Amino acid sequence: MTKQQANWSPYDNNGGSCVAIAGADYCVVAADTRMSTGYSILTRDYSKICKLADKCVMASSGFQADVKALQKLLAARHLIYQQQHNKQMSCPAMGQLLSNTLYYKRFFPYYSFNVLGGLDSEGKGCVFTYDAVGSYERVGYSSQGSGSTLIMPFLDNQLKSPSPLLLPALDAVTPLSESEAVDLVKTVFASATERDIYTGDKLEIVVLNAEGIRREYIELRKD
Amino acid sequence: MSQAAVEVPPKGGFSFDLCRRNDMLSKKGVPLPSFRKTGTTIVGLIFQDGVILGADTRATEGPIVCDKNCEKIHYMAPNIYCCGAGTAADTEAVTEMVNSQLQLHRYHTGGRESRVVTALTLLKSHLFNYQGHVQAALVLGGVDVTGPHLHTIYPHGSTDSLPFATMGSGSLAAMAVFESKYHEGLTREEGINLVCEAICSGIFNDLGSGSNVDICVITKGHKEYLRNHHMPNPRTYFHSQGFSFPKKIEVLFTKVTPLKEMVGVIEGGDAMEE
Repeated sequence: MTKQQANWSPYDNNGGSCVAIAGADYCVVAADTRMSTGYSILTRDYSKICKLADKCVMASSGFQADVKALQKLLAARHLIYQQQHNKQMSCPAMGQLLSNTLYYKRFFPYYSFNVLGGLDSEGKGCVFTYDAVGSYERVGYSSQGSGSTLIMPFLDNQLKSPSPLLLPALDAVTPLSESEAVDLVKTVFASATERDIYTGDKLEIVVLNAEGIRREYIELRKD
Repeated sequence: MSQAAVEVPPKGGFSFDLCRRNDMLSKKGVPLPSFRKTGTTIVGLIFQDGVILGADTRATEGPIVCDKNCEKIHYMAPNIYCCGAGTAADTEAVTEMVNSQLQLHRYHTGGRESRVVTALTLLKSHLFNYQGHVQAALVLGGVDVTGPHLHTIYPHGSTDSLPFATMGSGSLAAMAVFESKYHEGLTREEGINLVCEAICSGIFNDLGSGSNVDICVITKGHKEYLRNHHMPNPRTYFHSQGFSFPKKIEVLFTKVTPLKEMVGVIEGGDAMEE
């Protein structure tokens, strides 16, 4: 007798893409604002980016219900940290917390593909990229989501991050200026929107630097 | 004469021999290659002077757009056009086949204008024979001596004759527009605008449809194929300067293997033996 397969899945994929690029003294985190299910659009105006701490922003694509639950959990843990240590969590610390939180649900994962971007304690840009169960790595740039297969090769070509296996360890940040990096992100999303049906509508760009956090929106194709 | 039976290839159609092997492979986790579908919005309506057909121009392979501007309105006869949704190869093949058959039929019957019901019968019998394995969903429209006609044809071979019709993944979005705004006796301008609106509804609300609107207007003795009649999706962002692609491909090792032997010809050699 063959094993009975489930005819209901607790997961759904709401589509979308996210990107993060680390610079010498800034970090750019971007995601599109389309939320979809199957072949339909649920909304054209949904933010996938969440500010976790003063210098730490997370963008997540995948199943948005799981993403919302994850964001809520991390916000609560951050509040506790602030009460206990009397300071904001640094980006690398939040990176480790996110990894542990994801692995905690190793056997019923958060269907959430995350990139964490921010400034480390020295003020340099840092980007962490995750899989659904918490494996993470600090990199110079990353993309996740439905358009990542279209975006990543182009970023590899333009930004080529040095291998983490090299000794002595090379800086993972890109030499591009902030405006050049934002321009690159806009181009990359315009191209991904052309070929990926789940990416489009609007692009939300969040830039973190010494002055603070700034948000920018640009229109993408709506078809 | 050998005793072994002669292997005769099956008489056309589909061979299901590999189904068991495909099943075994997919159980082992090897995915089937995806085929190109035209996740589509196609529509047709009858107006006072004839028929208007409309289609979007996006072709998809799963979640990726493989053609941003393909043609989904296929020529069948000078007075008959057919929009196709479903597997792109199937719609192309079936419409081209019936196009040829109609042309031959015209030659056999004294050059008379083809009738829409002829195309309809040829298409539906072909699709029924293949029991739905040829995944083509069509909207067939044209004007012949008996008047304007509009039909929908489903992959299993059933047909409907309607005053307005939509097919494809965006059919619900388009039908919502038709059901609100369609009425009998539309003028040419009203008809084109309505078809355009219905396709745009599919383009913006259905992820399987997109890019531009193609329209075809068929009236008695005249047809107009308006390719890219409406283009509501220009690219939103252009990079100011171009991109440089720095890394050149390094040549690590070169080896030349000649495929043909170079043979020298000697004049005045020995004569060939008888």
